[in-house]
Amino acid sequence: MTTVADAPTQTPVRPPVILRRPKETTGVWSWFTTVDHKKIGIMYGVTALVFFCLGGIEALLIRLQLAGPNGTVLTASQYNQIFTMHGTTMVFLLGMPLSIAFANYFVPLMIGARDVAFPRLNAFGYWMFVTGGVFLYSSFLLGGAPNGGWFGYTPLTSTPLGLGALPGRGPDFWAVGIVMLGIGSTTAAINVIVTTLNMRAPGMTLMRMPVFVWMMLVTAFLTLFAMPIITVALIMVFFDRNFGTSFFLPAKGGDPLLYQNLFWLFGHPEVYILILPGMGIVSEILPVFSRKPLFGYPVVVFSGIAIGFLGWGVWAHHMFTTGLGPVAVSAFSLSTMLIAIPTGVKIFNWLATVYKGSVRLTTAMLFALGFIAQFTIGGLSGVSLAVVPADTQQHDSYFVVSHFHYVLFGGLVFGLFGGLYYWFPKVFGRMLDEKLGKWNFWLMVIGFNLTFFPMMLLGIYGMPRRVYRYDAGLGWGSLNLVATIGSFIIAVSVLLFIINAVVSRKRGVIAGNDPWDGRTIEWSTSSPPPEYNFAEIPEIQARDDLWHTKYTEDDDGVLVPLPSGGVDTPAATRAAAAPTHRIHMPSPSFYPLVAALGILPLAYAAVFHSYSWAFLLVAGGAIILAFGIYAWAIEPATAAEADH
Amino acid sequence: MATIEQAPPPQVPAGPSHGPGPDHPPTSTGTTNVKLAIWLFLASDCLFFGAFISAYLLYRGRAQTGPTPAKVYSIPFTSVSSFVLLMSSLTMVLALAAIQRGDLRRLRIWLLSTALLGSVFVGGQIFEFTEFSRKGLGLSTNLFSSTFFVLTGFHGAHVTIGIIWLLSLWALATQGRLTQKDAEKVEIAALYWHFVDVVWIVIFTLVYLIPTK
Repeated sequence: MTTVADAPTQTPVRPPVILRRPKETTGVWSWFTTVDHKKIGIMYGVTALVFFCLGGIEALLIRLQLAGPNGTVLTASQYNQIFTMHGTTMVFLLGMPLSIAFANYFVPLMIGARDVAFPRLNAFGYWMFVTGGVFLYSSFLLGGAPNGGWFGYTPLTSTPLGLGALPGRGPDFWAVGIVMLGIGSTTAAINVIVTTLNMRAPGMTLMRMPVFVWMMLVTAFLTLFAMPIITVALIMVFFDRNFGTSFFLPAKGGDPLLYQNLFWLFGHPEVYILILPGMGIVSEILPVFSRKPLFGYPVVVFSGIAIGFLGWGVWAHHMFTTGLGPVAVSAFSLSTMLIAIPTGVKIFNWLATVYKGSVRLTTAMLFALGFIAQFTIGGLSGVSLAVVPADTQQHDSYFVVSHFHYVLFGGLVFGLFGGLYYWFPKVFGRMLDEKLGKWNFWLMVIGFNLTFFPMMLLGIYGMPRRVYRYDAGLGWGSLNLVATIGSFIIAVSVLLFIINAVVSRKRGVIAGNDPWDGRTIEWSTSSPPPEYNFAEIPEIQARDDLWHTKYTEDDDGVLVPLPSGGVDTPAATRAAAAPTHRIHMPSPSFYPLVAALGILPLAYAAVFHSYSWAFLLVAGGAIILAFGIYAWAIEPATAAEADH
Repeated sequence: MATIEQAPPPQVPAGPSHGPGPDHPPTSTGTTNVKLAIWLFLASDCLFFGAFISAYLLYRGRAQTGPTPAKVYSIPFTSVSSFVLLMSSLTMVLALAAIQRGDLRRLRIWLLSTALLGSVFVGGQIFEFTEFSRKGLGLSTNLFSSTFFVLTGFHGAHVTIGIIWLLSLWALATQGRLTQKDAEKVEIAALYWHFVDVVWIVIFTLVYLIPTK
């Protein structure tokens, strides 16, 4: 399906026009039909931030419930739904799509391409993300949200409805919803890989690519190979619940551990799918604001690739307490410690990049430095969890919750916020307010550590995960109260960011092409970039190409601006100039949206298949989907009459 | 690192590269975008089948009730339908060769024969499934039946999608909208088709030929 779609389609016969070919490039309609990687990137980003707010509200509800002993804000059943949706949202609806947002916008710009390899497939991936997210959240109104945890352990989630394991259709929505999101992220991964490998500007060799592009390439490969595994596991869960199979039901010989193996064989690479983009963003920010090239570029790249490979060999460290036996446990303990090496190498490379640099502490830089500090804490607590006796003690306690929040919030989210401050001027042509930005950063650092450091202690004191209340006599009250206060400080900092973004979008300082004195070629074109990105495709001469058009070094290694430095260099001028010839860009299309909308009724039909009206959904969805795919395949990528 | 005086004027034609063609620059790897994409998709699909096959192998011999594999398999029958599917790979190759040399009549013949052979295979699978259920082996009978039906069922679904794909290409060909320069469209369909065949060889070997009690 994904492949017929973008086959070159210059047919001599005029294709039949079923829907009018959309032409709008501005206005509301243009957002529904756009295939421009930059617009789709913005849409990914905004949608992911909306889900970030929803997941954040869920987090606040969790914290309110746990603020003191015997909380009464949520019932047990509501609490299960809320913590499940919090995890699912933050992983699948914030972490992955916000990384894809950056990849969408900046991978083509950083490698000197005009768009991604498959613009319509790109739009389809976005619409799958939206419909998958809407589908998951609609479960709140349709009989209860997913309530078996973001990991959905069996047999809890795979026991059929009505047998008393979990109330509601939550696990069905969860299984089908994640498969939908998986379709979207797989298409996005294929797009990133093909774009990166195939559409680099002349001279942009692999080892000249910005580290962010490298990390997104590794992430895309991880996504490509991890999503089918979770898909299979979810299909089995769905069959167990709905069609009487017993893949994971021990009563009939099924093995719940098979689910855990499949889930974590996806789930651990998923952790790197989430963190590698953050590492890539930080590797872009640090050199710019230290005015030094990234220390040991090849080592950083190869460490990222090594993490990508080793990430497949550590999954069972999530299962140390399941009785795998001493050999398996030792092997996975060792491999887990091994993966700390490339990670540690990166941290030292980042520190060496900043060392003796002329550091500018902009908000973006602060977030990048925050990433390093907090990610290190998260990583070290991870190494301590790799030690099996310690893990056996801390398994399923708040220590683990603290650990992965240090990695994914302290790491990924700080990296993503750094990216937002760093690249906002390129995307919208205006600077985010730095003063508000620093408030945002410091409140987030304080709030984050207030929230998650007490959890590390709580875990050591024995507080288990996923409990919806605890007794006063256990002595966990005060630390939990601190964590709750911290979570509201985080909420304020996020609110400041939203205000900052909304206000700066309209009234921020005009950025110009290159506000940070950047190093990579996305800063050579205008802000925001024209639809075609570069009037002329740049010829890449070096790693950090733009930097070398602006500066050289004298004999003592001191930076000297080139006579025609800055944005007035001929190369930069050419890139940002008005095009001297017509540039054919892919035309907007309705069909990616149509195809995604066809899948939505099919997803509902899967959940409600036992109702007689479900066949209407199947028929309707199949017709819409088939129409979308065929019309898409027949429609040329660039409309014949398209003029630019 | 060397400094740059001024880059030579770029000589890059306009437009996003969608692979070689009169108006398009070559891609960085030399492989066209669509071909790279189908290879990536197939790589991803390997993991999909790999997970199902692993589940089947893990549960081998663990069925508690119901007919065992030895009781239901008809190796001669499945060998014949496997042979039919393998032959469809041959006709697929012939179809691709035909469009590459511009022989559109043979293209139509071989596309249709490939789809037909694929349909015979799927028909055989449907027959086999009904046979199994007649012998008391349904989807939920035991672990063997569940893993077997899900694995072979999703493979059959892949073949069915392939048949629809081939018939769509055939329909385009009969309207004269699939000509020599569209050879790559047939090639990517062929890659998918051969992949599905190879997966079947793995399934046939691991699932049918290795005896289970």
